[in-house]
Amino acid sequence: MPLADAVIYLAAAVLSVPIARQLGLGSVLGYLIAGVVIGPGVLGLVGEAQSVRHVAEFGVVMMLFLVGLELRPARLWSLKGTVFGLGGAQVLGCAAALGLGLLAWGVPWPAAVFGGLAGAMSSTAIVLQALAEKGLLRTRAGEVSFSVLLFQDLAVIPIMALLPLLAGGAGAEASAHPSALAGLPGWVQALATLAAVAAIGIGGRLLTRPAFRFIARTRLREIFTAFALLLVLATALLMSAVGLSAALGTFLAGVVLADSEFRHELESDIEPFKGLLLGLFFLSVGAGIDLHLLTDQVATVAALVGAIVGIKIVVLGAVLRAMRLTGRDALLSALALSQVGEFAFVLIGLAGQAGLFDARLGGLMTLAVALSMVTTPLLLLAFDHFATDKEQERPQGELPSIPAGGRVILAGFGRVGQIGGRLLMARGVNVTVLEHDADQLESLRPFGFSLHYGDARRADLLASAGAAEADLLMVATDDKETTLTIVETARRHFPGLKIAARAFDRVHAYALEDAGANLVVRETFAGALDLGVGALRLLGVPAYEARRAGHLFARHDQEIYDSLRTMTGDSASWGLAFRAKREHLERILKQEAGEHDTLGDDGWETATAAQPCVPPGKGGDA
Amino acid sequence: MTPVLVLFVHPALRRSRVNRTLRAALADLDGVRVHDLYETYPDFFIDAAAEQALLSDCGALVVQHPIYWYSGPALLKEWFDLVLERGFAYGPGGRALAGKPWLSAVSAGGGADSYQPEGLNHFTMDEILRPFQATAALCGMPWQAPFVTHDAVGLGAPALQQAAQAYRRRVEALRGQVGGE
Repeated sequence: MPLADAVIYLAAAVLSVPIARQLGLGSVLGYLIAGVVIGPGVLGLVGEAQSVRHVAEFGVVMMLFLVGLELRPARLWSLKGTVFGLGGAQVLGCAAALGLGLLAWGVPWPAAVFGGLAGAMSSTAIVLQALAEKGLLRTRAGEVSFSVLLFQDLAVIPIMALLPLLAGGAGAEASAHPSALAGLPGWVQALATLAAVAAIGIGGRLLTRPAFRFIARTRLREIFTAFALLLVLATALLMSAVGLSAALGTFLAGVVLADSEFRHELESDIEPFKGLLLGLFFLSVGAGIDLHLLTDQVATVAALVGAIVGIKIVVLGAVLRAMRLTGRDALLSALALSQVGEFAFVLIGLAGQAGLFDARLGGLMTLAVALSMVTTPLLLLAFDHFATDKEQERPQGELPSIPAGGRVILAGFGRVGQIGGRLLMARGVNVTVLEHDADQLESLRPFGFSLHYGDARRADLLASAGAAEADLLMVATDDKETTLTIVETARRHFPGLKIAARAFDRVHAYALEDAGANLVVRETFAGALDLGVGALRLLGVPAYEARRAGHLFARHDQEIYDSLRTMTGDSASWGLAFRAKREHLERILKQEAGEHDTLGDDGWETATAAQPCVPPGKGGDA
Repeated sequence: MTPVLVLFVHPALRRSRVNRTLRAALADLDGVRVHDLYETYPDFFIDAAAEQALLSDCGALVVQHPIYWYSGPALLKEWFDLVLERGFAYGPGGRALAGKPWLSAVSAGGGADSYQPEGLNHFTMDEILRPFQATAALCGMPWQAPFVTHDAVGLGAPALQQAAQAYRRRVEALRGQVGGE
């Protein structure tokens, strides 16, 4: 792509996407609009988008790799009922209704089936953003919507596989990647295909881990990124070579690596490439939109959009009601899921290449999909307007739904992180561990912890570990600067996240609190105190008295900690103040061992000779 | 099998004179085990299962503590709450302590005359110990006449020694009662 084109694409994206987001339209629409503007229809800055499209399709490949990575079998299993039941009913129901509609409109049946399936997809980005804005992600409505989206992600793979069958011989010829095996007998081709899939499965399980560890030890981030890209592209190449879809192959590779401790790192490394390339993909789709089609056939396009969105709302609403959602939640989820998603662009593009859709149908479908995305924010606005009145119907005093069990990200799983983390895990808290030391990870592997490789100083890694939805970030790294950077980064990017941090010493603790940590614990303090208390016991001090002396010391130390906070700047006066405080504390503890009671346990002191009057009901012995 | 288990409950042993002396009087008695709660659980984190095992293994229970605010020290209440569980000490299947004598051995700062209807404390020591008696009753533990050391503040050394010997004899008698010796 010439330099000038690159500048035009990037400038269009940088200008239009933030504006679209501001207007509540979402980034996908932003890219599409930018594409329309720079395309032949308006400014004509870019010409034939085919070469760009070719590069951009790697964005789709990477997206499916990430979809695979997100697809932890355990998570899928825990949601299996809603994912397969509800998701399946939604996709099949919508596809059938839309397909029948297209058939009635005069579209040949193979194209109608494929168009129906493509139209059944919703936009993950738009739905999740809309639900998150309304704070509904963790409610039943949010969970149900998420399950539907998850099923749609899965359904893309068989739908893509279905395309050659629907397109028939001529279409398949056009869509198939030039296979290196073309001249070989059928059984060899079949065997080679199986071998390629097996290679991805076995290689992903056995070879990637040592390779990742080897690379992680270099601590060179760009090499890790290079390796991640290599992994995706090599998989795509291998699958193309045996005549399978590159997207299918990388999806498989993603699933294989979903349980790996390098998952979050991979996600963060691939994510920017996927985002950019997918953006480029949407730009090229936008540039390819035929504006004359819109102006010539306004009525047709409007009817198509209305029919698609209307059918989806009705089918989704019915399915959700059948899942025993309340009317309000079912309607909200149905509205949120009612647009056609970005996957549809991919599918429509593929169908065009395969000759299944003619140019007119492809153009109309692309337009309808894009416009359906505009309807969602408007429908949700209308819902808000309408639903505020219905809010009153809820019975007064109803308890808020129980928040989902705590979610914690733990950075650093060394001597401190292991103890704090295991306590949480033992209490059933969902802990995602990030550890930057590949050797440490390896040594802990046999103990069955769920660990992930990664540098928690990176905001993108925190995000892919779930920082946006987590309740708490626990920072237990052993390097002062690293800990401070993590706290600063997390506070800047995730303002609502609670942060508990391990501090090296007092000054470090102040810095961490200033950086926004909610709780700071000095790493040696509790252990040192226990050592002192234990030593007192060995010296013959009764256990409870020794423990109280430790508590007293800790309370006074906390006072010193609080009062010296403002003095960290000037070391001379700080030293003086610290010394004065320390002498005060020592005086108190010395007194405690003598006659006067400073442990606050005068209550146990029975009346002495100097205090002959026994307090009511009191008195043990002197 | 421990014939007599003595629960010793005092939060500030070094301030104690009477309870320390009474405890020392039991030191060389065979078949008597002194179990110091504040020494064992300085963090109040009582191991209920371990305590129940001790109780199951004993023939009689002595509960020795100073009277604080007409009751025992805080850890003793925590111990009752956690150890004397339903199904162990009372309720269906809760017969682990039934038949084991309960002897409360308490010290009080006031003299015997202050624990009278017309005295400073308005109630007799028997009345003040009613919650302990009720606890023993629910557990099926025969209540023994309490061993009370009055006037703990002003008690002279000879009187304290007498009290200690009397305490020792009470505990020995209890040991004989449960067939310890």
